[in-house]
Amino acid sequence: MNELLIGAITGILFGFIMQKAQVIRYDKQMAALRLQDMTIVKFMLTTILVAMVGIYLLFDLGLIKLSLKPLILGGNVLGGLIFGIGWGILGYCPATAMGALGEGRYDSAFGLMGMILGAGLYAEAYPLMKETVLTWGDFGKITIPLALGINHWIVIVILGALFIALFRWFEKKGL
Amino acid sequence: MNILRKTTWSPYTAGVLAGILLVLSVFVMGKYFGASTTFVRVAGFVEQSVAPEKVAGMAYFIKEKVIIDWQFVFVFGVLFGSLASAWLSKEKMAVAVPPMWEARFGPSRVRRWMAAFLGGTVLMFGARLADGCPSGHGLSGLAQIAISGYVSLICFFLAGIILARILYGGGNNHE
Repeated sequence: MNELLIGAITGILFGFIMQKAQVIRYDKQMAALRLQDMTIVKFMLTTILVAMVGIYLLFDLGLIKLSLKPLILGGNVLGGLIFGIGWGILGYCPATAMGALGEGRYDSAFGLMGMILGAGLYAEAYPLMKETVLTWGDFGKITIPLALGINHWIVIVILGALFIALFRWFEKKGL
Repeated sequence: MNILRKTTWSPYTAGVLAGILLVLSVFVMGKYFGASTTFVRVAGFVEQSVAPEKVAGMAYFIKEKVIIDWQFVFVFGVLFGSLASAWLSKEKMAVAVPPMWEARFGPSRVRRWMAAFLGGTVLMFGARLADGCPSGHGLSGLAQIAISGYVSLICFFLAGIILARILYGGGNNHE
């Protein structure tokens, strides 16, 4: 019960923040895919940068566990590309479609219904996928620092510098 | 609290807040953000109401468990958080067709809703095949420097950018 209550509060705060950042709008998501306005990319990469530092700090202190998804090239690449096609049509991703409904963009309700259908269709296809696509290029639960065999803080500093360079470039170009 | 009534926060400010929220969520509850598994559970609940025996025997529903869990309430929380934010800043609610879509494809609601449904279906099939969406792979995956996150997020954007170009054509024609 406590877990559900905290889950709801976390979701409410996340939805509030995303609405204020305007990242749950079709126009903002499509503007990013049309390479005109990088608001959603700025939001995502800033979130990632802050969370990356916080998570690895707590991880080094032994206070949290990582929860890594395995790298399966078949699933990640093929599924990722299929997702991108659907995203380009809908203009909302799953979490932002919920947020869009909350702020009254009710075209997202049809996207959400489609998502439920898509999840059901995948459940039907899963036994086949498990035998085929999900066996292609399975590298297990791997991170960039593990793959390179270097300390994660070196990778965090490099990625942080890259993200900040990207932000500066976006601002310079007015994206 | 004027800040809560403001229409827009900088994506960087919002990103810092969302990053702190993610770190707190992992620290307090051990939960990383994600959204797309919830749609599998909703599909499971819908199918259960018609054919419970079928759902009980399907490998994917057994794997992902048709239950209300932390992520389920988190995803619905996003809707209410966005609603609260939009209400506080007194934004125009009830937008049937996104402005950018309307400028390109006209004001037809049915056309937009059908496209949204189709896009949602395709997107979620891809998200489940990739084992995550921009929240699970994007935010949580990249925050852990998971290679699966980078591969998936790049594929999301790659296919999304191509689709946007097909739908809207090239160039930077605003509106």
